[in-house]
Amino acid sequence: MSFFKKLKERITDQTDSVTEKFKDGLSKTRDSFVGAMNELVKDYRTVDEEFFEELEDILISADVGVHTVMTLIDELKDEARRRNIKDARDIQPVISEKLAELLQKSEEESKLNIKENELTVILFVGVNGVGKTTTIGKLAHQFKQEGKNVLMAAGDTFRAGAIEQLEVWGERVGVDVIKQQAGSDPAAVMFDAVQSAKSKKADVLLCDTAGRLQNKVNLMKELEKVKRVLTREIPDAPHEVLLVLDATTGQNAMSQAKTFGQATDVSGIVLTKLDGTAKGGIVLAIRNELDIPVKLVGLGEGMDDLQEFRAEQYVHGLFSEVLKEADEAAED
Amino acid sequence: MAFEGLAERLQGTLKKIRGKGKVSEQDVKEMMREVRLALLEADVNFKVVKKFIADVKERAIGQEVLDSLTPGQQVIKVVNEELTKLMGGEQSKIAVAQKPPTVVMMVGLQGAGKTTTTGKLANHLRKKHNRNPLMVAADIYRPAAIKQLETLGKQLDMPVFSLGDQVSPVEIAKQALAKAKEEHHDYVLIDTAGRLHVDEELMGELDEIKEVTSPEEILLVVDAMTGQDAVNVAQSFNERLGISGVVLTKLDGDTRGGAAISVKSVTDTPIKFAGMGEKIDALEPFHPERMASRILGMGDVLTLIEKAQTNVDEERAKELERKMRTNDLTFDDFLEQLSQVRNMGPLDELLDMMPGAGKMKGLKNVQVDEKQIGHIEAIVKSMTKAERDDPSLLNASRRKRIAKGSGTSIQEVNRLIKQFHEMKKMMKQMSGMQKGKGKKKGGLGGMKFPFM
Ligand SMILES: Nc1nc2c(ncn2[C@@H]2O[C@H](COP(=O)(O)OP(=O)(O)O)[C@@H](O)[C@H]2O)c(=O)[nH]1
Ligand SMILES: [Mg+2]
Repeated sequence: MSFFKKLKERITDQTDSVTEKFKDGLSKTRDSFVGAMNELVKDYRTVDEEFFEELEDILISADVGVHTVMTLIDELKDEARRRNIKDARDIQPVISEKLAELLQKSEEESKLNIKENELTVILFVGVNGVGKTTTIGKLAHQFKQEGKNVLMAAGDTFRAGAIEQLEVWGERVGVDVIKQQAGSDPAAVMFDAVQSAKSKKADVLLCDTAGRLQNKVNLMKELEKVKRVLTREIPDAPHEVLLVLDATTGQNAMSQAKTFGQATDVSGIVLTKLDGTAKGGIVLAIRNELDIPVKLVGLGEGMDDLQEFRAEQYVHGLFSEVLKEADEAAED
Repeated sequence: MAFEGLAERLQGTLKKIRGKGKVSEQDVKEMMREVRLALLEADVNFKVVKKFIADVKERAIGQEVLDSLTPGQQVIKVVNEELTKLMGGEQSKIAVAQKPPTVVMMVGLQGAGKTTTTGKLANHLRKKHNRNPLMVAADIYRPAAIKQLETLGKQLDMPVFSLGDQVSPVEIAKQALAKAKEEHHDYVLIDTAGRLHVDEELMGELDEIKEVTSPEEILLVVDAMTGQDAVNVAQSFNERLGISGVVLTKLDGDTRGGAAISVKSVTDTPIKFAGMGEKIDALEPFHPERMASRILGMGDVLTLIEKAQTNVDEERAKELERKMRTNDLTFDDFLEQLSQVRNMGPLDELLDMMPGAGKMKGLKNVQVDEKQIGHIEAIVKSMTKAERDDPSLLNASRRKRIAKGSGTSIQEVNRLIKQFHEMKKMMKQMSGMQKGKGKKKGGLGGMKFPFM
């Protein structure tokens, strides 16, 4: 079965609403990306040096990163030679296939590690303003709707109004927030939160932390301590450490993934703000270099705007216009 | 290291050129390829890079470079100059309306740092310009955004105008302006909600706020870590609102900050300020030249020097400089330097500003943890005068004694001695670098940085 057929089948397997939402959120991403892609196909009928240069530009403009782009392009060139692909349209599936493959080895790896009948602790880390608190609010809502007993820990004791921000989310989605006053030790908040999660028999504890730039050594140490406290109280916690990345971020996201990864052993990425025009292509490079999977994507500011990551959908979203054209061409 | 500075990138090409009498067009082409990669890795938008390379190539292929004795340096110089030119002169002035109050609107994407910057700007206006600003909480969408600004206002002991989150931002802005007039505030700083540049409705709202307040300044707040999308964002905001300037935030991070160039090139408005930390006073004038060298990966040498200049005792620095040159640095000097460096701010921030900090192996090991400094002090203080002056005396039994005396371990003592030697080496490297820079700038005066 061709890659596209497989892709289509898998996508239609999923509930339409999810796909629609995803496509909707990604539509702007897709439009600009696909626009460029279409131009590429229109302008260059044959797969030649110029074609690859243009493709390079498209991928770079998606923030994939020069290094990864050049590796990808080299592989594609080899592939084109090997399969003797001359027509630009024939190489598109190869491109999509490569991207999807790179992003997600199996759907399993994007699933959150949720304990059954036991407390699951999820720690959120990342730089300032990427969407940690918002993502926690959205995820709390999701778990709540699944009937789970959820708690949130207000671990950002530093930024003005951060505790209140989480509290508003708590009210919005009907979930309790464990907090101390502003300026207190985040590790102490975590300790409290775990105790109360245990006594309230919570299913999920979502731990917010203050945003911090990864080059601040002392702040990274503080984060290590926060994590240590969780592990001390529950040996296999945190069960997930999610690094929140803003899709608008460029190459610095790699440095974020590296440093936060070293400090807290990040288990997955949440890619936020994909409802804008930014593409967050750096996750390809991160996957390639650090092998951290994307688990969730943020598609807006509302409580329902969080989706599980699906590489096929992501790539489909990027290339759907092109796919359609390829389909029509095939039917002719 | 993911990021390689341009200087490192050009090494290969430069080696090839060194033996030759002349630089060919091919050489320039190769160098430009490296320049292109360096800029792309720094997140400069690819279209901007393309145009830039074309411009620089034209200049570089001219004899200016080809006849030069050190073509590599010339290329870096040309690139640096062109980049600086592209970013325009230094303009950290905030407009003043003919009739007060002057209205400043803060706009930008979600999470860019508008609220924090609003607080910083209020502080700046009061401290540096003796103004009396009124901050306006017009972000009614993000949970607790109003509370955030109010908290900042409390910290600053400055007023914040708010009508809660049930009144439209346009109405809030309108009433705030009236209030400011009534209470004789000379500045009104409107903190608007973050929004996507493609959000028609919310962009329209900004339009309306602009309509009712006639702002003198519309500042686009941009996260320095922004990637290729920076051009789209800046262009949309600019087309829609006509921005008057840019504030680049989170520059205290380790991002190269190529977005600065992208934004500047599509809006042609000055970058007025740089956000350099989470603290309320961490707002600095934007220096295009420094930014150019940062983007090119040459470190923010100038900022470092400036910081050093304001914090270091000049006499002591001169003495150290001499010792440095003659290489007879002692542990006492080491201790003194640590305390001086400490006065300049968090060590890790300083280290990050140094050129090639990632490349210099020794550097990462030289205490970044400020807590360690206490131990270091204890160790040095447990040394005899003779030992401090001549570290080569420190044999195993002396080290053991010192460890005991300072309440540390032999490992720690050994590590410090190693660091001491690394530091000596590093200073040598740095003084070499600084000399090169000094020459170019026509001499920076007595080197005042304590390491040199
Ligand atoms: N458009 C959009 N905005 C988002 C998304 N996620 C978060 N935000 C916004 O980004 C801003 C910063 O989010 P916040 O959760 O406070 O970030 P934190 O500092 O990492 O906790 C807020 O204005 C959020 O509403 C997203 O997926 N899409
Ligand atoms: Mg937060």
